Amino acid sequence: MTNIQEALIPKIGVITDIRIDTPDIKTFRVVTPDGVKPFDHRPGQCAMLSMPGIGEAMFSITSSPTNTEYMEFSIKKCGCVTDWLHQAEVGQQITVRGPYGNPFPVDDAFAGKNLLFVAGGVGLAPLRSVINYCRHYRERYGTIDIVYGSRSKDDLLDYQEIIQEWANDEGVNVHLTIDREQEGWDGHVGFVPNFVKELGFSTDKTAILCGPPIMIKFTLDGLYSLGFEKTQIYTTLEMRMKCGIGKCGRCNVGSKYICKDGPVFRFDELDELPDEY
Amino acid sequence: MQTVTREQLINKAVALLADGTVKCVLGWKKGEFDYDVTPAVFETEEEIRADFVWNDFCGANFSKYLVAKTRQFDGKILVFLKPCDTYSFNQLLTEHRFDRDKVYAVGIPCAGMADISKIKEICGDGISSIEADGDYLSVTTIYDDQPIKVEIKEVLAERCLNCKSKKHVAYDELLGEEGDVIDSNRFDEVAQLEAMTPDERFAFWQKELSRCIRCNACRDVCPACTCEKCVFDNPNSGVENKSPANSFEEKMFHIIRAFHVAGRCTDCGECSRVCPQHIPLHLLNRKFIKDINEFYGEYQAGAQEGSRAPVVDYTTEDLEPGEVFDRRDTNA
Amino acid sequence: MRKCSLDSLNAIFTRINQFAKLYLPVNGNDGKAAYTEWQEGLEWSNALNTTKSPKDFFFPQTEDLMAFRTSGKNIEIIDTRKESEDFVVFGVRACDVKSFEVLDNVFLKEPYDSYYANRREHGIIISVACTRPADTCFCKTFGIDPAKPQGDISVWKTANELYWQSNTDRGAALLDKIADLTEECGTEAVEEQQQQINKIMAKLPLANLTTDGWGAGKTQELFDHPKWAELSEACLGCGTCTFVCPTCQCYDIKDFNSGKGVIRFRCWDSCMYSDFTKMSAGQPRLTQKERFRQRFMHKLVYYPENNNGMFSCVGCGRCLAKCPISMNIAKVMKTIGGKDND
Repeated sequence: MTNIQEALIPKIGVITDIRIDTPDIKTFRVVTPDGVKPFDHRPGQCAMLSMPGIGEAMFSITSSPTNTEYMEFSIKKCGCVTDWLHQAEVGQQITVRGPYGNPFPVDDAFAGKNLLFVAGGVGLAPLRSVINYCRHYRERYGTIDIVYGSRSKDDLLDYQEIIQEWANDEGVNVHLTIDREQEGWDGHVGFVPNFVKELGFSTDKTAILCGPPIMIKFTLDGLYSLGFEKTQIYTTLEMRMKCGIGKCGRCNVGSKYICKDGPVFRFDELDELPDEY
Repeated sequence: MQTVTREQLINKAVALLADGTVKCVLGWKKGEFDYDVTPAVFETEEEIRADFVWNDFCGANFSKYLVAKTRQFDGKILVFLKPCDTYSFNQLLTEHRFDRDKVYAVGIPCAGMADISKIKEICGDGISSIEADGDYLSVTTIYDDQPIKVEIKEVLAERCLNCKSKKHVAYDELLGEEGDVIDSNRFDEVAQLEAMTPDERFAFWQKELSRCIRCNACRDVCPACTCEKCVFDNPNSGVENKSPANSFEEKMFHIIRAFHVAGRCTDCGECSRVCPQHIPLHLLNRKFIKDINEFYGEYQAGAQEGSRAPVVDYTTEDLEPGEVFDRRDTNA
Repeated sequence: MRKCSLDSLNAIFTRINQFAKLYLPVNGNDGKAAYTEWQEGLEWSNALNTTKSPKDFFFPQTEDLMAFRTSGKNIEIIDTRKESEDFVVFGVRACDVKSFEVLDNVFLKEPYDSYYANRREHGIIISVACTRPADTCFCKTFGIDPAKPQGDISVWKTANELYWQSNTDRGAALLDKIADLTEECGTEAVEEQQQQINKIMAKLPLANLTTDGWGAGKTQELFDHPKWAELSEACLGCGTCTFVCPTCQCYDIKDFNSGKGVIRFRCWDSCMYSDFTKMSAGQPRLTQKERFRQRFMHKLVYYPENNNGMFSCVGCGRCLAKCPISMNIAKVMKTIGGKDND
């Protein structure tokens, strides 16, 4: 029986590496004081990170489950906990508990499918673990297309990994875009939803979206116009959370608690929930 | 008994709606029982005729609602104001919290409002109806064959027993007779607290405030608490808490709030009316009012629109801090 | 069934208090009943019910979860949990007994909450039948019988006597400990009282309030109901309803820096508060209408969906008595619910 000792009482984690990804996003590598990965997880699951006295907050685990050495979290500076994390140094201990929520169905619904990932800004963070999981088990999936956009070149998360690793994989097509023209950028310029429509993907794909609400809305419209069905599009939701185990009562959308029934949903499932996310 | 009738209020509201003076009416709406009246916005004659009530349970002060409602509605809002409500109304105007041009205020005399918990102490639970009958309330319960007659003055709310004014200090139109400012005994209880030793006084407040459940009803209903974001809701304030972590925080919330409304509190008594734990919160505010009166001369917040409270208005006659300190010793 | 005279109640309380802490409704300095630790001289309140519900016994308004010591970059986690001691809560009404079941469905579901479970395992509940229900009572709407309150022991109070019936092994063990202060008796007096209570229940103003139109599967139908705006219009956004409610169980987890270390505690939270769902990234419930709707949809639709149709309201009537603007679940159920409520 899992009791709350594991559920609410966290473990100690040590920040062993901090990578500056963009002007407002850093990626933190976390292990236990013994130097091992705090716990196993599945792609798309989340963890609660905290600094005692500052607060606790839920973050998606951005490293792939196939990484057995450590966990990574790409975190945008936007609130109490994230502000504090951004000033933390390597060697700092934090607390970590999890994993929480349902993962993306990488071993069933995604198996054998052509995958289309669409992300905007820090929305790539939750998808990175899925993308790297699918790259790791490359033979289990068809083609992988990744459409990723941000405000500017400097705001592209995991840029080095994308161009040096993902783009070089066989059967993986990376499509990057930035919102406005920028010196030193000869790639695509424009918003993600329009880029998805321009690329004109065929409907033999399963789409996974994550990004700001406005991006999701227009990307969905684009995918529908291309002929995609709701049953082949997934996303992951964000709500304020405190417990992570469906008890504190704040992350529900209708009768579903995002922390335990989500955060991953298929769009036909979201249709059954009230529009309050 | 109330001197203006429900019909008079309804006719006034319907007429002002019909001639286009106002777009909507802020009034009291019939509840499940005869005493659980809810503030409501009425937009049609039909709604008003069906659900508008005016009886001895219309205690809610509408002034604070004007802050949000004047932003929400395009036209003018008709608001009915009891004498004590008009003080809050003026105070909010003084603080520029709503647009006076968007309000049509009708003053109505008030004979005092009944406190349902006092009625229940006399008649017990199980009240099925309450009817006004002159200076009495006729209370029918499911346990008694005959209605119980209760004299209204026996069950008046504390704030009404100590009513400070029957005079309306703001209105566009007045229904019924104008009243006078009353020489009330509202500071008697404060004087009793002042007569205690500091230890006794601390014990008194400790006992009262330890019942606080931090529901924030006192703050949320208070017409003087109109900050867009309260310091106690601000996660960056360092004092944001939903629940007191210790007995110090328990008291701090109420004391900070009393300080914050000092000089602006009109003593409308809504804080004590809504407190689910029956904490006499108005005594904290009255202590400040009494002190201000004694230090700087009589001042009634809200009595005059635009008046400057002594605590924010320096004059050379002002009391020196040392005198306040000395006074503390004589009091203790 | 056993009985004792009301005069011997003090001796019984004294006995119980010898092996467990005893709590019961006692009138406080505000003249209202509150659960209070028993001591010689305290009298069981005549009030129908307490202002605050007894949920505090299992889910206190604030409780420490753990503590931390930090030094430099290091953190130490200190488990502050202690095993509860046995305690007895006497005088719990049928509605409030049922509320524990509502809370159990949340806290004892996997992963179960050891803080709550610890207290629940050590708390013995002695309920009492309601001989004079109030106008604000509507427990019957949720299938609760105030003439047959549940709990470890049920008690019926008549003019001069108290009748005791154990419902669980724990209750039977407690009755054994006071056996010499009570005597075996027939059930006639209790049955007569039960009939009397049933007659009163039929006369209550809210006797015909039904859950028609509410329940699992009603989300789509009720979520965008046009009446939500009107019902929530005057809502102050305070937490009174949620804090006096015996079934509201939302909580916040917060850190308190005492200067000597950090205590992580949890405290009651309210879906009525504007910051309840506020994130750096946005706010899914922007106005009081959405927050108000959440509270009632949760009690009457979402909770039943997740708990085999059981509602998360026990009809205790506290919100009816305490809401500063007199808006409450009964009004909401009637306004939005089925025709039978008209």
